[in-house]
Amino acid sequence: MSFDQLYDLLDRFVPESIDWMVFTVTALILSLAVINAMVLCTALYTWFERRMLGRFQSRIGPNRWGPFGLLQPIADVIKLLVKEDVIPVVADRAVFTLAPVVLLVPALMVFIVIPFGEQSFLGKLNVGVLFILGVTGVNTLAIIMGGWASRNKYALFGAMRGAAMLISYEVPMALSLIGVIILAGSISLVDIVSSQGIFYILVQPLAFLVFMAAASAEMSRAPFDMIESESELGAGYHTEYSGIKYAIFQLAEFMAPLVTAAVATVVFLGGTKGIDPIPGQVWFLLKAFSVVFVLLWVRATWPRLRVDQIMGFAWKGLFPLSVINFFVVAVELFVLQEPDGTITNQSMMIMTGINWVVMVVSIVLIATVLGQGKLQHKLPPQPSSLANMAASEGD
Amino acid sequence: MAIKTEPITINMGPQHPSTHGVFRLRVTFDGEVVVDVEPVFGYLHRGTEKLAEERTYVQIVTLTDRLDYTASMSNNLAYVRSVEKLGGIEVPERAQYLRVICAELQRIASHFVSIGFMLQELGAFGTPLMYCFRERERILDLFEMLCGARITLSYMRPGGLIQDAPEDFWPALGILMESMPEYIDDLEGLVTSNEIVLARTRDVGIISPELAVNGSVTGPMLRASGVQWDLRKANPYEVYDRLEFDVPIGYQGDTYDRYLVRVQEMRESVRIIEQCIKQIPGGAIQSEAPFFVRPPVGDVYDAIEAPKGELGFYLVSDGGISPYRCKIRAPSFINLTVLRDMLVGWKLADLVVIFGSTDVVLGEVDR
Amino acid sequence: MYGLGMVRGMGVTFKNLVLPSRQFAVQYPNRKISLFELAKENDTDVVSFAINNPVQAIKALAGFVEVPVRLPQHSRFRGEEFTWYEQRCTGCASCAKFCPLGIIKIVTDTSGKYEQDGGKYDIEVFDIDIGRCMFCGLCVQACPYDALHMGSGFEEGVYRRDDLVIDVERLKAAPKKPSTWYRPQIESQNFDPQSDDMREYLDVGRHERPSQDQQVDRWAKR
Ligand code: SF4
Ligand code: SF4
Repeated sequence: MSFDQLYDLLDRFVPESIDWMVFTVTALILSLAVINAMVLCTALYTWFERRMLGRFQSRIGPNRWGPFGLLQPIADVIKLLVKEDVIPVVADRAVFTLAPVVLLVPALMVFIVIPFGEQSFLGKLNVGVLFILGVTGVNTLAIIMGGWASRNKYALFGAMRGAAMLISYEVPMALSLIGVIILAGSISLVDIVSSQGIFYILVQPLAFLVFMAAASAEMSRAPFDMIESESELGAGYHTEYSGIKYAIFQLAEFMAPLVTAAVATVVFLGGTKGIDPIPGQVWFLLKAFSVVFVLLWVRATWPRLRVDQIMGFAWKGLFPLSVINFFVVAVELFVLQEPDGTITNQSMMIMTGINWVVMVVSIVLIATVLGQGKLQHKLPPQPSSLANMAASEGD
Repeated sequence: MAIKTEPITINMGPQHPSTHGVFRLRVTFDGEVVVDVEPVFGYLHRGTEKLAEERTYVQIVTLTDRLDYTASMSNNLAYVRSVEKLGGIEVPERAQYLRVICAELQRIASHFVSIGFMLQELGAFGTPLMYCFRERERILDLFEMLCGARITLSYMRPGGLIQDAPEDFWPALGILMESMPEYIDDLEGLVTSNEIVLARTRDVGIISPELAVNGSVTGPMLRASGVQWDLRKANPYEVYDRLEFDVPIGYQGDTYDRYLVRVQEMRESVRIIEQCIKQIPGGAIQSEAPFFVRPPVGDVYDAIEAPKGELGFYLVSDGGISPYRCKIRAPSFINLTVLRDMLVGWKLADLVVIFGSTDVVLGEVDR
Repeated sequence: MYGLGMVRGMGVTFKNLVLPSRQFAVQYPNRKISLFELAKENDTDVVSFAINNPVQAIKALAGFVEVPVRLPQHSRFRGEEFTWYEQRCTGCASCAKFCPLGIIKIVTDTSGKYEQDGGKYDIEVFDIDIGRCMFCGLCVQACPYDALHMGSGFEEGVYRRDDLVIDVERLKAAPKKPSTWYRPQIESQNFDPQSDDMREYLDVGRHERPSQDQQVDRWAKR
């Protein structure tokens, strides 16, 4: 049900004079629904992630509580809620308490602009992409707040790393979306979906790769999970958190992949578009699910990069790649577009071909410039003369 | 304008996820860069050397299990070899072959643990660790067949082994050795050519050959620096002189080389075991050594190439049923000598990886 | 290079995800079983099982049916709950002496209560404090009369430390399932302590029990 429908429904029962109240009530009902749905989805997702990671690692994963362990998230939450909520004596209480909320709210806010159907709550927002970029930028603040307020050196390390990394990765993320915006000619998410004759993942593979890399950094997942790298910092910025605050941090953290998957689905995978008998929402879920699975797969496989390498990767790798991408797209659009500014599917096809070639060439180019070729030795190792077993056998 | 900065001192450990037990590093950071490291250990000290002075020679075998608990077999072997040398006890040939098989199986298991934990510290979310432990589990199953225990084995006795391998051990060993190269390939596919691993470990934490030799580093860490030194070849004990194997070395002694040397050593171990299966003769597995070994007065030092390096036991006998002094040369402990030289100048993230690649086991460091 | 190594790594993890032979974890102490396995255990096919016991079938589908698991273990497994044969034990206390931790406590009684059975000593106390035991098996190796054997179990959790002391009554009452560790004579009988059968004291000796004539012979020709 969209905002308008609900608004009309409620509007019938109240006098004209308190229209503003109807608006507020409608908004509240809808946000309540969205928040609850999202929290439930996240709970389900944590279960899925743990089972799947277990499977990847030849383990079983949680399977005790409920059918196939499905109730495990609920058990976890109950456990966290009944735990003592410790606030360190030296911590800055207000900031310490606020940080989890600041992290959770942006993740939830992104969802109101995702067009799940033809007409969803705020899907028609005409600055959708900007809204997403702006709102997700807030989590930098939350991480600094959490790390700084807990007065823990590990937390501070995590927070400082987080600040540097999250701000850097905003840039390639935004730049990778520019290619899409040029092509769609709009920054409204609904328009982006409807303009995808061919999914943009095919038209702009480079943008998709850059976006996924930047997004996994934004939500600090492997291989960019240095903010809370458990083998280095214990738990990073939320080292001191416990009880319900920790639960909220975890919630926000596990919601991030869902947010990313939703945005990627809308921007690159054609949102609700699909083959007809199956409703668009199912397509949307399927696509989001596959994005989530790939993220999970990456998490199960790759180790983590180092701090300076992560920053270098953003500025030396992703930044030029995204610039190349939108530059190429702009030139192609200039050449191929129809006189009235639209673009046919045929020209899209041509763009697709060019862009794949551009992707391979530019990745190889950037990797070579960054010195990938030096990584493997050619010659067999030479034994040092310091200890030579052959000599000791001789005497 | 220069910004005024201040170094941060952090106590890493004794409760820290990547200190391999209870090890404490007092690290001073300048931003993320390590400027000073001071290792503090002793949290797991159990006085093994002193305890050994009031145990009989056979009872000490149970103490050696607990030194390097990822490689009990090697510890057993090093200890019983010292006792045999001290008491002049002969070991039957079959026992020697079985000992070599056990020691090499243990080497594979220990290297799996070390590689797994190193990758865990690189941040690979548990996957390589689980794979490594999965393969290690198969080896532990074999040990359970041999001696009924999986970690604290106590399988060897002065003069041989406690018990011959059961019938079903040999087919199981054959199957494992057949599939082991495939498992190692799997692990290598996950790690060896992974660009992230390469970027994280190449040229990181270099030990030069000179430093390694001066710091009396042994084992894979020494060989990673390009120094071809392996007691199995340099001073062949048991039946190693009849077996064919190479001693892999690294290029320059960085973290990646230490990983590579371990992987290659596992392959060599498989080769050694396969030869042993072919060559092993029948016969007794225990010479008639008395339960209370009473070696003549004297002292002896004997060392073997344990998975972590040169593991030696120095025993002084006063003619009684227990040693007068038992000194253990623990490779993990001595390999830590170069820790500071490896770490200073690298970042926090490198610190845990370099420390992981040294493959220390705290049971052995603190003894 | 150029990221191909990373892609190869993803291939390896995917292989481990899909290949059933790479799944290694066992569930313990209970295992959840699917409807298919449940039907197989009841020797029927899925459909007829579901028709006959719909409740069980739905439970199994929802993943609620559990069966206990016994972990496979070798017959040499050095477990807790020592197996001890009072008929074989002479009270020589070799085991107590050889134990590195000194946790076996033996008190013998010469009152001759058991003389009619041919024994001279009566074992009054035989305490093994398995709370401190490390299951090294030296006591078993030391026992000259094959009276003490390692056990085969490992599920001995209790709530108090005192309960971990195995006393003589418990040793007598315990099921006689000796581990075959350092007992080649039992191993050669293909005895599996995990199975239901037990070993009586006559079966576990290292040697054939000498007959009366043999004993007389031996003593006469001394
Ligand atoms: S198993 Fe070892 S520690 Fe336990 S009672 Fe026997 S000798 Fe002592
Ligand atoms: S169990 Fe064996 S060693 Fe111990 S007292 Fe009895 S006969 Fe002697």
